[in-house]
Amino acid sequence: MAMEDVTGRPRPPMRSRISPVDWARRNLFSSVGNTALTLFCLWLLWLAVPPFLDFTIFSAVWTGATREVCLGPDKGACWPLVWANLGQFIYGRYPEDEIWRVNVVFALGFAAIVPALIPSAPAKRFNLIFLLVIYPLIALVLLAGDRPGLRPVPTSEWGGLLVTLVVALTGIVVSLPLGIVLALGRRSSMPAIRTVCIVFIEFWRGVPLITVLFMASVMLPLFLPEGMSPDNLLRCLVGVALFSSAYMAEVVRGGLQAIPAGQYEAARATGLTYWQAMGLVVLPQALRHVIPGIVNTFIGLFKDTTLVLIVGIFDLLGQVRAQLSDPSWTVPQGALTAYIFAALVYWVFCFGMSQYSNFMERRLNTSRER
Amino acid sequence: MKNPLVALIVGILIGVGGLYFFLPYDPLSLIGGDTRGVVASGDGEARASAGETLRRVRDRGFLQCGVSQGLPGFSSPDERGNWSGIDADFCRALAAAIFHDPSKVRFRPLSAKDRFTALQSGEIDILSRNTTWTMSRDTQLGFDFVGVTYYDGQSFMVRKNAGIETAKDLAGGTICTEMGTTTELNLADYFRSRGLSYKVLSFEKNDEAIVAYDRGRCDAYTTDASGLYAQRLKLTDPDANKVLDDIISKEPLGPAVRQGDPQWEDIARWTLNALLNAEELGVTSGNLDEMLESDNPRVKRLLGREGAYGEAVGLSPDWAVHAIRAVGNYGEMFERNVGTETPLGIKRGLNALWTEGGVQYAPPVR
Repeated sequence: MAMEDVTGRPRPPMRSRISPVDWARRNLFSSVGNTALTLFCLWLLWLAVPPFLDFTIFSAVWTGATREVCLGPDKGACWPLVWANLGQFIYGRYPEDEIWRVNVVFALGFAAIVPALIPSAPAKRFNLIFLLVIYPLIALVLLAGDRPGLRPVPTSEWGGLLVTLVVALTGIVVSLPLGIVLALGRRSSMPAIRTVCIVFIEFWRGVPLITVLFMASVMLPLFLPEGMSPDNLLRCLVGVALFSSAYMAEVVRGGLQAIPAGQYEAARATGLTYWQAMGLVVLPQALRHVIPGIVNTFIGLFKDTTLVLIVGIFDLLGQVRAQLSDPSWTVPQGALTAYIFAALVYWVFCFGMSQYSNFMERRLNTSRER
Repeated sequence: MKNPLVALIVGILIGVGGLYFFLPYDPLSLIGGDTRGVVASGDGEARASAGETLRRVRDRGFLQCGVSQGLPGFSSPDERGNWSGIDADFCRALAAAIFHDPSKVRFRPLSAKDRFTALQSGEIDILSRNTTWTMSRDTQLGFDFVGVTYYDGQSFMVRKNAGIETAKDLAGGTICTEMGTTTELNLADYFRSRGLSYKVLSFEKNDEAIVAYDRGRCDAYTTDASGLYAQRLKLTDPDANKVLDDIISKEPLGPAVRQGDPQWEDIARWTLNALLNAEELGVTSGNLDEMLESDNPRVKRLLGREGAYGEAVGLSPDWAVHAIRAVGNYGEMFERNVGTETPLGIKRGLNALWTEGGVQYAPPVR
């Protein structure tokens, strides 16, 4: 945290007047132990970084139309494989002439999310209502089709990044409100509500996500009459949402515990109802405390979505693996290249979330630092 | 509603409520469009009844075909998302026989674990997913296998310069394989029954095993022969390695259908037989139009110029013509997907016709 003077404005950082050599001597080579550690770390970096850069950049094959360009000794990453399959990685097996629908959904989502994330953007309430109410409806109709003029596209043909985003965003959007309600319920003084919430949270926290998905996908159709089984992706969405809500509830409860009881009592004393006291006094403070925890859960959820792979839904990683089986692009370094690409995509999303959470923390905590 | 949080919760509630009450249709059924076409059978049991499956497929307008999540040469998506491979092509042939249009098929990729459930629950009409035909699967799981599209079996890949010609030459050597599969058991059976010693190096994943072999940690790599050819492409120098001719296990791969609908089973079985017979009679997708004029009675029966073989299973007389036009005969299907001209480069071997030294033999159409 930046130092601040009495006016509350951050002081400009002190200009460092030490030379890099001095800095290194002071911090990296100050003792025999530190010197050894520094050398050891440099050695590790030397082992890992140059081969990685060599594979991904310097020896990599960047252009080409067939697998033959990537064959041969001393060839690095086979990027043409990624370019050729990029459409599959993003849209999965979504019908090619309907892809504009996915693009519209992506573009609309982007256009709605970006202003919603910028605190100074205008019309916040309309923006949020659009994002949380209208946008999901538009996305559902556009993606699934089944309206006049739109060809129905069953979810079994969705795939790639599209599925990853659908699963992750549904989980994120549902788990936060549901988690808050569950956290409040768990702290409720009404025994029935408290018991229900505790049982729900402990049940979903007690089973692995992979089991939930497997039950939803494999066992559920056997219990239901033939033909009754709901859509596979929908089953997974419900499973992921309930699962992440339980985790979110515990994170939010952590924040609620940190707020002194006096806050709530004082709010009630001024005549606020339970919901007003919670919504206006307790929760705004509690949630601010647990932003890192909430974002942590979101990031975990984003990466967990890849587990839908085991129930036959192709998310980004599943699509990457499926494309690797295409004999026309099977090359020795193919798997490594494609996995590096997938890792990069996941990293971009997760790092973005984490940076935004840092930004929000700094913004919301200004009053505290003063 | 000054608080964004309250607005958020209310927004979600309105959103969910809107989904249910303001749309002119049930959104769940919309999302469930995939399985909606699968109408519940009258008795609600997972068993199909006679003629039921064909009617259901026709009502729906397309065939639901269960394939793998990606196995080179059998069913794998290409860069435009089209499925190719022997298993995928068989479903196209079946769709062509029913609808006269090979594109009326939807592929549903299934993991090894959920493939049987998908067939039992009616999510798919046919499972064409490199599934080994075994007694227990045929008798206990409620399926019927309709034939063999590919005779597979476990074999070995060795370096060409190692001087290994048969599996017996591997005695005393180290063999790389996958952990916890029947591959490992077959290996033990083979060497123990011959009193030969060997060392095994097991890996969690296929990809790790092939890398270990490539780096020379073992003398041979073993899995099913079709898989060996696919894995060979991942070696740094595929041409310096070869697959032995020895086959140490039987893995007949074939499509399966639900038990209890003999008509559907017949359609699937005879579509496969038609493709095999077409190769035996020299009918290809290229010379089909000339063959329609052929005087050979066997060709005439196959192509529906004589007799009413298609009608007997509820199809048109020229069902086989459409199947062959869609994917070619069995030989064409093999060569296009896994044959010597493809990157896989698999020789016909056991999968040659019985007239050419293989075991592919189809009962006649008559």
